[in-house]
Amino acid sequence: MSAAAAESGDIQAIVDRGFGSLRAARYLLLRVINPAAARAWLRGLTVTSLANARSHRVSRVDQIAFTAAGLRTLGFAPDSVPGFAPEFLDGMAGDERRSHRLGDAGENAPQYWDWGAGEKEPHVLLILLSTEEAIEALETQIVSALPAAGCTLLALNRSNTRVGHEPFGFADGVSQPALDWEGTLHPGGVRDRIYRNRLAMGEVLLGYPNEYGFVADHTAKGIGRNGSYLVYRQLEQDVRGFWQWLAQAAGPDGAGVLAERMVGRTMDGAPLDGLPETPVEGTQDRDNSFTFAADPDGIACPIGAHVRRANPRSSDDPQGRRGFFRDLLSSAGLKGTAIHDAVAAARFHRIVRRGRSYGPAMSPGEAMAAGEDAPLEPSGIHFICLNANLARQFEFVQGAWISSHNFAGLSGESDPLLGHRKPVNGGMATDAFSHVDRQGCPRLIGGLPRFVTVKGGAYFFLPGLKGLAAILAD
Amino acid sequence: MGQGQLFVAGVLRHGVMPELSALLATMNAAPGQADPVNPLVPFGRIASLHVARFIVLEDPSLPDRLIAPTLPVHEPTRLAFIADFDGTPDGLIADLVAIAAPGLRRIFGHCADFRDDTDLLRWLHAHRIRSAATYVNWRGRSAAQVREEAALHDVLRTARLAHPRASPEQLMPILRAAGAAVTLNPVAAPPVAWRIGETAHFLLLPVAAIALAPLLLPSLPFLAILLRWRETRDPVIAPTPSRERNRTLSALEDHDITNQYSAIGSLKPGLFRRWLTIAILWVIDWGARHIFGKGRLARVNTIHFASWTFLDEGRRVLFASNYDGSREAYNDDFINKVAFGLNLSFSNGLGYPRTRWLILDGARHEQDFKRYLFHHQIPTQVWYKAMPGLSTYDMARNTRIRRGFENPPSGAALRRWIAEI
Ligand code: HEM
Repeated sequence: MSAAAAESGDIQAIVDRGFGSLRAARYLLLRVINPAAARAWLRGLTVTSLANARSHRVSRVDQIAFTAAGLRTLGFAPDSVPGFAPEFLDGMAGDERRSHRLGDAGENAPQYWDWGAGEKEPHVLLILLSTEEAIEALETQIVSALPAAGCTLLALNRSNTRVGHEPFGFADGVSQPALDWEGTLHPGGVRDRIYRNRLAMGEVLLGYPNEYGFVADHTAKGIGRNGSYLVYRQLEQDVRGFWQWLAQAAGPDGAGVLAERMVGRTMDGAPLDGLPETPVEGTQDRDNSFTFAADPDGIACPIGAHVRRANPRSSDDPQGRRGFFRDLLSSAGLKGTAIHDAVAAARFHRIVRRGRSYGPAMSPGEAMAAGEDAPLEPSGIHFICLNANLARQFEFVQGAWISSHNFAGLSGESDPLLGHRKPVNGGMATDAFSHVDRQGCPRLIGGLPRFVTVKGGAYFFLPGLKGLAAILAD
Repeated sequence: MGQGQLFVAGVLRHGVMPELSALLATMNAAPGQADPVNPLVPFGRIASLHVARFIVLEDPSLPDRLIAPTLPVHEPTRLAFIADFDGTPDGLIADLVAIAAPGLRRIFGHCADFRDDTDLLRWLHAHRIRSAATYVNWRGRSAAQVREEAALHDVLRTARLAHPRASPEQLMPILRAAGAAVTLNPVAAPPVAWRIGETAHFLLLPVAAIALAPLLLPSLPFLAILLRWRETRDPVIAPTPSRERNRTLSALEDHDITNQYSAIGSLKPGLFRRWLTIAILWVIDWGARHIFGKGRLARVNTIHFASWTFLDEGRRVLFASNYDGSREAYNDDFINKVAFGLNLSFSNGLGYPRTRWLILDGARHEQDFKRYLFHHQIPTQVWYKAMPGLSTYDMARNTRIRRGFENPPSGAALRRWIAEI
């Protein structure tokens, strides 16, 4: 089987890169009214392949993805073509149990979303990336073509130009898995008792061996290969509420420090003090050359910090690699303790993030000073991630790690940035955050308000270029 | 003295399923989640219970026997009651009859051999099935202890939350005052006779190994060849999951941090697989009893209770467990941490993903394995957990907190103790 690198002409470019130098983004969420017209129009768009992006510096990127509802409307029956992921066919908002697991409860529930559920479920996602100068014209051109194209515009989401920072003010997009484009990785075995950042291609692209060493099912007839599942969630951030709560909980001078402990990185993206630099296969970056292995009790970086939940950097065995017999004992559960082995191996639960933030930039100082009722334009993240197995990757990270109130054996808390803060299981609180302060004192803060609200979301299939052609064929 | 497990099952009369399902559903407060004060079997009134379930053993995988013509096409559909509790099965049966006789009569009245004049107590005893292997997360930790320690944690945490800025030394007297209100009955040390019995049982495995060695060692090469021959030929049955059935199953899940899990399936035909399974389950039971009784089953830490039970003269096995987290996470934990153990305990099942040398591959075929599990998972109609909201980690942590409360630590240990609250 050829390596993914050899098929770059068939792969949408966003799989490999975020195009940070194209500072403007538009996410068009469309509903299809006239399938034939929509197919014809979509066929006419030039989708940027990875080969395009590799061969020259592109100034415009167009990417297309579909929800299952979209495929059905376009006349391509995904339910009768074997191989589509059940989570994709069900949709992000389709089932109360799924919403519950993803933390989409209370004010985060799909019924309150601006888009994503019921009549507001999108069919097609069109991603446009370009320069600030060019984007307006592009947007106008596309939007004015929609009526003739048999589509209506459900939402036109714009991203501002602060690529690399999210609205709370933290550096974003620092950590990403390194994809095994050349197909040289052989996952499994004792080497994976050490955390690595390189990731099997089959964790992101369908049709390639995954971290288990197997090619998972994907849609037949060449539609699945080189495709990926794209998760889009619009997450609104209460920047003023965030910094004002921090100022009140830790004092204006302590706010930044506490915020950094909640995120698990410094504002400019460095790992927290006390995490020793460790070589990690698959990255050269100092900001990613660390794990939490030397900090099992969360003294340097809180166990429940956002980045530690989102990627605990855990290897296959927290005991690491220590020689045949000790590894054997450890595999049998005769070494170490349960609580220090509570988190699954991270390599099965990585995602590639391609989101961007929106809304005006506001510094922590401005946010703390902003009056209660000063009108603020909404800000947040158009969170986009790619993965090959929705259940094992995005849903696991979101459900079992980020929004879990039992992550790593913690209790009474959920992600300090993202939690919905509602009590669960008939009364268990989830609104606390525990950490150890810089003097080594354990701290427990209760009553965290909700800082992030889900405003929309859907699962999309991002096909390869051949797959796209097959989907759009008349 | 430790926890006991009870498994009672009776064969259902034909055509009673709709009526029985409706009756069982009246016991629930949420889909599949027992109401502790439901009038039929008010589980909440039995203080010794940890978990319990009523489940109809309808086996969706019986048609797989097409590939095993020596196995009968049909097996009876049973209604099972499975419970884990403190004390002995006889004691639990007596409690059940004392508290819920009319309800139990109505429920088991759907069984073929249960008549209006049946003596309930005798019937329950007569329909007990001894599980081949059982697992308990923490041997000897009683329901009362779990409750008391959870109550202690609750008041200590409330006190801690009320003083977010206090230093550990300032907090200590506050916590001691708060905790003083909670009753903590001393944890009884196991009686000497019990410990002697355990030691004797522990010795069974090494003794049996030594005794059987002269027989087993020479036959090992033949058994190995037989195994490999089978392994390379046994077909795999792992159909694509039905989304509809997945919705049915997941409707019953994630209402608490803990979920129930029940899976039923046939063993591969033949004496080889039968005896292999018996031997393996015996060793698992032995290991669970003597080695893995303190929070982990090998590296899996999230199981509260589990059991493996033979049905139909050993043609089928029911696996029932109570685990923390979502099903997907449970499956992943299994695959990534104890694939070898899964292969040992399930690879004699008809259609199991292909293994090598009994412990290799198998569950590592992630997709096949998850589909195989799904294919065999069945809904649990009524599931009761006596300690809602508590995970295995919570329970273990609460025990540590109690220890620190009773023997106050200082210095760095004090900080670690407070950090856990
Ligand atoms: C408004 C919502 C969010 C904010 C403000 C936010 C913020 C951040 C920040 C500041 C970082 C550290 C910088 C970096 O490594 O890029 C980060 C990392 C990360 N976040 Fe988020 N995030 C949000 C939502 C999410 C969601 C919904 C997910 C996944 C379901 C997620 C998954 C991740 C992952 C996987 C990392 C990288 C962790 C690592 O590999 O070290 N985030 N996030």
